[in-house]
Amino acid sequence: MDFDWQPVWLTLKLAGTTTVLLLIIGTPIAWWLARTHVWYKQALAAVVALPLVLPPTVLGFYLLIMLAPDGPVGQLTQAMGIGTLPFTFEGLVFASVLYSLPFVVQPLQNAFEALGPRPMEVASTLRASPWDRFVTIVIPLARPGFLTAAVLCFAHTIGEFGVVLMIGGNIPGETKVLSVAIYDHVESLEYDQAHLLAAGMLAFSFLVLMTLYLVNGRYTRSHRP
Amino acid sequence: MSEIEVRIANQLGDFDLDVAFSVPAQGVTALFGSSGSGKTSVLRAIAGLERPSQGLVRINDEVWQDQRRFLPPHRRALGYVFQEASLFPHLSVRRNLEYGMRRVAEKARLIAFHDVVELLGIARLLKRETHKLSGGERQRVAIARALLTSPRLLLMDEPLSALDHGAKQLILPYLESLHDELGIPSIYVSHDPNEVARLADRMVLLDQGKVIASGEAANLLTRLDLPLSGYGDASAFLEGTVSSHDNSYHLTWISLQGNRVAVPREDLPVGRHARVQIQARDVSLAIHAHSDTSILNILPARVIDTHDINPTQMLVRLELEDGQTLLSRITRRSAMGIGIHEGMMLYAQVKSVALLA
Repeated sequence: MDFDWQPVWLTLKLAGTTTVLLLIIGTPIAWWLARTHVWYKQALAAVVALPLVLPPTVLGFYLLIMLAPDGPVGQLTQAMGIGTLPFTFEGLVFASVLYSLPFVVQPLQNAFEALGPRPMEVASTLRASPWDRFVTIVIPLARPGFLTAAVLCFAHTIGEFGVVLMIGGNIPGETKVLSVAIYDHVESLEYDQAHLLAAGMLAFSFLVLMTLYLVNGRYTRSHRP
Repeated sequence: MSEIEVRIANQLGDFDLDVAFSVPAQGVTALFGSSGSGKTSVLRAIAGLERPSQGLVRINDEVWQDQRRFLPPHRRALGYVFQEASLFPHLSVRRNLEYGMRRVAEKARLIAFHDVVELLGIARLLKRETHKLSGGERQRVAIARALLTSPRLLLMDEPLSALDHGAKQLILPYLESLHDELGIPSIYVSHDPNEVARLADRMVLLDQGKVIASGEAANLLTRLDLPLSGYGDASAFLEGTVSSHDNSYHLTWISLQGNRVAVPREDLPVGRHARVQIQARDVSLAIHAHSDTSILNILPARVIDTHDINPTQMLVRLELEDGQTLLSRITRRSAMGIGIHEGMMLYAQVKSVALLA
């Protein structure tokens, strides 16, 4: 059997890129949501959580329209000389970032809220500037939150299907990720190939979650205040 | 301009905070009041943790806040000890101690790491994880951590309130030695008159967001018009020196300029400064000096004023020969019996005296 590794690499690349980008984008959003008391806070929290409840096809549909050559984002990307995003890897990354946003923001927001204001206040009376406090106090203390966010984001991106199909299609080496490849194999009645990929994903997902629980459990035990 | 000046006005809901005081920038000033009097808010505003709508905070010639400027806490040379130790759980004891110290320029570090560790008796804790410390140990580490930033002002928010009685008694001597050895001016928030009597030189008394009195601690603690002495177990605090030891009867005599009182024998050098506490309920009054009594401590005193505590009992405020104040709690019936009036000379018979430091 000639096994096609390409979808696997592509999927890992997509999930890795999305996770890194989302940790960078999601951390300030989560920090802001955890600290602010403005009246529209709940509305913004709801917007962030939307991808949790929307069918991926709905999200994908609107993204397609926005990213299309005559859509608002499409015109922007063309003006910037990037071209259009649909049916490209970059388009998939863009969609995945939106699709997995709540999986990063929510664990981080919970972790930041659980810290309370006290550790930051203590650090400020010990001469630490706001950025210094964030790096030396918040990040280490919220480590389980960062870990959960990263793992959930990675795993969730690997599992996405509807959004990919709507926005990326099925271009080998560019947008044909694992979930789409499995669908493809099943459609062409290549059950052996489908089995291999599906079982691989099952095992991978289990291992990822297992590791997450083990690591977080150990961290919580050793860092009880 | 060696003084600490604080003026804070803030409206939070229906709580109106309007506090102004200035105290010398030396020794310990207690911010005293019941819970809800606004003392913690004042301390937080001095630190810059809260931003009051109007405020002036000045330490000697350094302005931390006025109409034009507001320095954030990390730019104020202060040390802050919170009610709970709030050690960083991800750092060892040593790293906690170094956290603030490393953020102060080397030439601005006035207090050596080793000295602080020694002073607070935490040398053997340095390598430990913070969650393995007892409550008292954690608070000592927190105090040391604050001191290692070489603060110009040390702020302490009821640092003993989360500790049980035993741990409190263990940590108090450390706080006293801070006072004696480091000379960092501090503001100490408390609602415990005994703590204040032991640690504070001056006090600012707060009630419902306002300053109702400020001055020498020993003086304020015995003022009859303030709620302090109204507490059922009012006490007077007297300053004296250790004058001699009586080994056969196991006593130590404390001299109060002309008079002396006996306390249970304590191993203290003669001539050392001593602060004693005399509870109002342990003081009875007599018109003549009796020698036929079991009471050792008899002090001539003059009545300053009286105050009814309840329909049965009253407090009598007395001035000793050296000008210090003593309180006596007697029944109104006995006061009438000996005809107590202002300016009357009496003998105060003191049943028991506690040595504080």
